[in-house]
Amino acid sequence: MSNYALILIIVAYLAFLFFLAYWAERKHRGRLVNNPYIYVLSLAVYCTAWTYYGSVGVASKSGISFLAIYLGPVIAMPLWIVLMRKIIRISKQHKISSIADFISMRYGNNRPLGALVTLTCLLAIIPYISLQLKAVSETFAIVSRGDSYTAMGIFDDSTFYIALLIAIFVAFFGTQSTDASLGKRGIMATVALESLLKLVFFLAIGVFVVYFIFNGTTDVYESALLTKNFEKLTSLGGLENGFNWMFTILLSFFAIFLLPRQFHVAVVENQNINHLKKAIWLFPLYLLIFNVFVIFIAWAGNIRLTATVNHDYYSLLLPIQEGNSFLALLVFMGGFSAVISMIVVSTLALSTMVSNNIIIPYGFIKKLVEGNPEENAKNIKNIRRIAIFLLIIVAYFFYILYSNQLSLFSIGLISFVIISQLAPSFFLGLFWRRGTAKAAKAGMAVGLLVVMYTLLLPIIVNVVSPQTQLTSSNVFGFWWLQPSQVFGVDYLTPESNAFLWSISFNTLAFVGLSLMAKGNYRERNYAEMFVHNENYENLQEGAFVWKGEAYVADIRRLLNRFLGETRTERALTIFNRKYNISEQEEKADARLINFSEKLLTGSIGSASAKILLASVSKEKPISLVEVLHILEESKETKATNKLLLEKSEELSQMASQLQSANQELLFQDKQKDEFLDTVAHELKTPITSIKAASEVLEDDEMPPELRKQFLMNISKDTDRLGKLIHNILDLEKLSSSRTELKIRNGKINKTVKKAINGIERIAAQRKIHVVFEESDYLEGMYDEDRILQVLTNLLSNSLKFTEEEKGIITIVLEEKEQEIAVVVEDNGRGIPEEDHSYIFEKFYQSKNQNIKKPQGSGFGLAICKQIVESHSGSIWADKNVPNGARLVFTIPKTT
Amino acid sequence: MSKKILIVDDEPNIVMSLEYAFKKKEFEVFIARDGTEALEIAGNELPNIILLDIMMPKMDGYETLKQIRKNKNLDKTKVVFLSAKNKMADVEKGMQLGADSYVTKPFSVKKVITDIEEMIA
Repeated sequence: MSNYALILIIVAYLAFLFFLAYWAERKHRGRLVNNPYIYVLSLAVYCTAWTYYGSVGVASKSGISFLAIYLGPVIAMPLWIVLMRKIIRISKQHKISSIADFISMRYGNNRPLGALVTLTCLLAIIPYISLQLKAVSETFAIVSRGDSYTAMGIFDDSTFYIALLIAIFVAFFGTQSTDASLGKRGIMATVALESLLKLVFFLAIGVFVVYFIFNGTTDVYESALLTKNFEKLTSLGGLENGFNWMFTILLSFFAIFLLPRQFHVAVVENQNINHLKKAIWLFPLYLLIFNVFVIFIAWAGNIRLTATVNHDYYSLLLPIQEGNSFLALLVFMGGFSAVISMIVVSTLALSTMVSNNIIIPYGFIKKLVEGNPEENAKNIKNIRRIAIFLLIIVAYFFYILYSNQLSLFSIGLISFVIISQLAPSFFLGLFWRRGTAKAAKAGMAVGLLVVMYTLLLPIIVNVVSPQTQLTSSNVFGFWWLQPSQVFGVDYLTPESNAFLWSISFNTLAFVGLSLMAKGNYRERNYAEMFVHNENYENLQEGAFVWKGEAYVADIRRLLNRFLGETRTERALTIFNRKYNISEQEEKADARLINFSEKLLTGSIGSASAKILLASVSKEKPISLVEVLHILEESKETKATNKLLLEKSEELSQMASQLQSANQELLFQDKQKDEFLDTVAHELKTPITSIKAASEVLEDDEMPPELRKQFLMNISKDTDRLGKLIHNILDLEKLSSSRTELKIRNGKINKTVKKAINGIERIAAQRKIHVVFEESDYLEGMYDEDRILQVLTNLLSNSLKFTEEEKGIITIVLEEKEQEIAVVVEDNGRGIPEEDHSYIFEKFYQSKNQNIKKPQGSGFGLAICKQIVESHSGSIWADKNVPNGARLVFTIPKTT
Repeated sequence: MSKKILIVDDEPNIVMSLEYAFKKKEFEVFIARDGTEALEIAGNELPNIILLDIMMPKMDGYETLKQIRKNKNLDKTKVVFLSAKNKMADVEKGMQLGADSYVTKPFSVKKVITDIEEMIA
């Protein structure tokens, strides 16, 4: 294939990616852009050209050991649900934009530590990027082979232009916002697509090799059996090799957390913490599918291709050999996708780290403080853009100068070993409060030195003067210092050897120094916030970690510089409203300091944000005792607040209960008063009558007829008095449950008949019809005398309220599940609606106290209620009757 | 000319005693069992005295008094409440509405008669 055509295809592909990124950036809220699958696919940025090509190379030479690199992440994924959740929560809380920010923040926003982490990352990643460029360049050469033209210098090297195009792409989409902690949806969409493409194309070549060149996996296996060294390729290689396996797995385990691009896609770009749930099974699945065909392609290459070709590129060479240049192109594009996504995300992450942790805090902070908001935003973006170009150019030159000596696989592993130096301070820092900034720096430095000595030195020496053999001579005269076999451990690969010793010394230094001296209050505060993240999720802007003096005006001015007036005003208004702080407040409190620091962290990194805020505030150190006190207090306050809240709710509930009880009592009291009034009134009426009659009777001239009449009146009124008194006492006795009921089994039918007999004479007098629908079989448990009293009362009420001659009273017995309902219904004038709920109340008299009841004292129904309820029954007036009254009471049925 | 008296109460026994006593003193006695009946009779007969119970069916004594006071023809009519309601508040309410006297039950017939004779003398 002509290399011009290939360049055209590459440019077209890049143009498409630009378009996709642009589209996704605009639809950044859409479901297509924000879904867990995009998140999972973007995690697959882990699979670079190293995976795409290098795995095959390793598999062809040393068998299945390439798998170790994927086992680490697979083992790590289930832990993500706990570990990554915590990391993401902390990062979102503190607006963290890179792993350097994360680590430096954990150790109290330590500026040198952030810089050191950034340097470590640069050291690890720049060769890694150049390795990717190398892969592009070499595969480009393979695919366009046969064409006459070959590059003579940098400016006619297509790789250089590809690198530049990638830099433009990152610079354009990676610096849309000055706040680096915000997601970059456009870039992530392209990364996801690239992850999908590289998987599909790699599977395509796998299927091609296994099913078109060979007749399935068995065929490949059987053919491979005949090649030499096959035994070695399929075995794990004993205990010693087992250590290599273990270390490689551990390396990749760390890498999936610590690689700047992994931290970026997994943490900074995480839009929804629940996406993790999909990621923990889908991402391992992706890795598994990716590796299904690796071993077969490797075997096939070993069989079909000559030993002199680069084993890394079997997947390209096989289709070319078979004359399928289209498939070779697809494979090339898949590898190209892997390269682009890796370079894009890595430079994005690194440029943020370089600008926020090195350039701004060490060089530009003064300038930024003096600048105006627009200029600052422009400056920050420009710093990042320049960083992006610098990174890619440096990587390009590294590739030109050094990478010829190294295979894809080894540079990849070296980069993993270097990046793993962040592991002790990162992982231990998440769970161990003691870790200090000093210890983190020392550990990292020691680790890096060990890596340089054991891994980089031999390589560099080899590059500089290939004749010198460090491995066989005694370095500095000590045999145990031999770089690749420290302490004489000679069965480890150079990478495992470097990893073992570097990480050991790193951890030792970190733990040892942390134990020897405690960090300052700031370190301890952040340690507490990171380690016990869940306790401080609701903490007001991490308010407790700062003590000192500052003015709102100064902070406002500072924020203006970086956010512009509108955003500053908006942020401060939100802040003031959230915490109910007056706009006039002059002194800034800890919450505002922390809030502002967070606002600035997104733009200029945590270290610079801290420096800037320190410049406008006088921070006072807090003693350890004070810090612990404040921490405890904050926890206690939270607990106490919760308790108080509960108590106050309880109290207000009780208060309202009391209030209603009081109202109820007042009501009852009033009713009692009214009742006593009524009783008095009722008693006074016959007494007045008796007194008046007795006085009149003193008149001797009264005719005997009349005298007789008066005497009769006196007698009647006396009866009335007696009855009244009896009723009052009866009610009193019933309501205080002092009467014992004589409950017997009885036929209710009989009792009703007795009651009807009692009123028959009056009913006949008034010509009122009494109808009883008999149900002879019903038997209940009741005190007959009492129930008779109830019935008589209800019947006389009905008699009272029905019209002469027209009145009809109906009595019906209804059988219920466990009781008998007795219904007394009439066609009288009914019960006024407002009285419905009160007629059974003991002390109730109709609302208008001056209107007299037709007859009686108003205790009748109250007495009925008492009686029925002492039978565990109930009595009520049916509201749903068109006219007349319908009173119902129940008594227990005999069972 | 004999004085006219209207007795308003729903308790027939009490009315009977009062009727006998006033007739004995040469009063012309009218009787009403509730407020509405009282207003009708009072309008027709223009009595000198009305004895008025408060707790009655249909219309209570207070309301009846209000209606009586609206009738100009009854300007000179003295109204005396006869009631079992003996709280100060009840008495005050009655007097405020324009009653001339308030007698609480149980009362002495003799005393009521002397009081009334004084009143219209």
